[in-house]
Amino acid sequence: MIVAERKPMEEILAMTEEFDRILVLGCKGCTTVCCAGGSREVEELATLIRMNRKQKGKTVDTLEASTELQCEPESVTPVLERLANQYDVVLSMACGAGVQTVVKVLPDLRVLPALNTNFIGVAEEHGVWTEVCLACGNCILGRTGGICPVTRCSKQLLNGPCGGSMNGKCEISKDVDCAWQLIIDRLKELGELELLEEVFPVKDWSAGWHGGPQKIVREDLKS
Amino acid sequence: MKSGSNLERVLESGQFAFTGECGPPKGTAPKAVQKKGELLKSCCDAVNVTDNQTAIVRMSSLAGCMLLKEIGVEPVLQMVVRDRNRLALQADILGAAALGIRNVLCLSGDHQKFGNHPTAKGVYDIDSIQFIQMVKTMRDEHKFINGEEISGDVPFLIGAAANPYADPFEFRVIRLAKKVSAGADFIQTQGIFDVPKFVEWMKMVRDRGLHEKTHILGGLIPIKSVGMARYMRNNVSGLSVPKELVDRMADAKDPKEEGVKICLETIEQLKEVEGVHGIHVMAVAWEDIVPRIAEEAGLMPRPVV
Repeated sequence: MIVAERKPMEEILAMTEEFDRILVLGCKGCTTVCCAGGSREVEELATLIRMNRKQKGKTVDTLEASTELQCEPESVTPVLERLANQYDVVLSMACGAGVQTVVKVLPDLRVLPALNTNFIGVAEEHGVWTEVCLACGNCILGRTGGICPVTRCSKQLLNGPCGGSMNGKCEISKDVDCAWQLIIDRLKELGELELLEEVFPVKDWSAGWHGGPQKIVREDLKS
Repeated sequence: MKSGSNLERVLESGQFAFTGECGPPKGTAPKAVQKKGELLKSCCDAVNVTDNQTAIVRMSSLAGCMLLKEIGVEPVLQMVVRDRNRLALQADILGAAALGIRNVLCLSGDHQKFGNHPTAKGVYDIDSIQFIQMVKTMRDEHKFINGEEISGDVPFLIGAAANPYADPFEFRVIRLAKKVSAGADFIQTQGIFDVPKFVEWMKMVRDRGLHEKTHILGGLIPIKSVGMARYMRNNVSGLSVPKELVDRMADAKDPKEEGVKICLETIEQLKEVEGVHGIHVMAVAWEDIVPRIAEEAGLMPRPVV
């Protein structure tokens, strides 16, 4: 999933200060799963905004709603239409893709992000998420025991580990696992250690962000 | 000859090599480099110039190499993939070749988090092994990494680092084998304090025949004080400083003398290890001890080949 975190309240309050009718718009997709922008967080954020205005002796109307997937216009449009003319700004609690979808659907209104979108990750345990995929566009997990060195090695080594691997940890922190130690352990279990003997060729970074903004066109699906 | 460098001639003639290290200043004074160069000139076959070591910005390695070259010291250009993508690496290789630099050491580099610009973006476009392979292709096939032709020669002796003390231990020799197959002509190891572990690693190196395919130079870091020994034991990742050594420094009446003694003992032990073709001394901020170490280790005068 895409993992996000709510922005600091001061930042959210500052950017919504000029608006008196705010639609706080959650997403039932990734940001619900990572507890950053689901209906519970929408309710909490709306409450905090109202309390802040009240403290300042001002009023505000907050509307609370959630879309199915905010990155899909089909999910966004019906919700926004149902609430049309009841808000002056949308405070989105989706990822950056969700925010930008709302912008496209509502070109005449201000749309603001309540979250910082952090990474593609998984929940390690309740309340702990880690990054596992950089969307590099050129997946090599089949050669690395299903553990991604592009994301999880601090130096993105394809021929690791470097000389800083100690006791299974990365040189940058004792709290960070050495991805290559994990890869070696896994390949050992799989009986595929010989994969480590080959020099892994240089990577084509152009398939990901380094190639500029990416786009996929499927001719077979285009209408 | 691949490069025609002095270091290559010494190693190829089968003599025991001795190399040193010079860290450029956090500033622009040529003197800072020249002074270290003058100290190391007569006792080293070549001198490494570090490249933003520990991710702290300093005068560029290439400029440092030229300053050494001007005073007659043969430089080893250290280059890290942390700070340059494949375009910049190849451009600097061409420039260094044009300027007459003949040795290069291909490194990953310490993570930028450790240095004085911890918020920097690390590059890591290619890794150190791919870098070795790239320089070899440039040298032997006159080709860039994209397959295009290079005009002119790219005569480098290609070096790489090896750390017998990092984990997982059993993989360390596989990593060395990869560096050798990628094209490493010589290896400078991490500082050796734990000799038995190094000897064990060298046995694995010989079992794979790697000592015959590359020249291994054992790394040495002279210790000045017990504080330094403790710091390295506790804080420097990738180093293994045994407790006995820290105790020995703590008990010493004259810690600097003890540090020299430890160095000399280590060199004597390393000379006996089959496949070790030289010593690389990294006397950070203690360059003036290097001539004495070379002298007392019986490695002077340096061969003229």
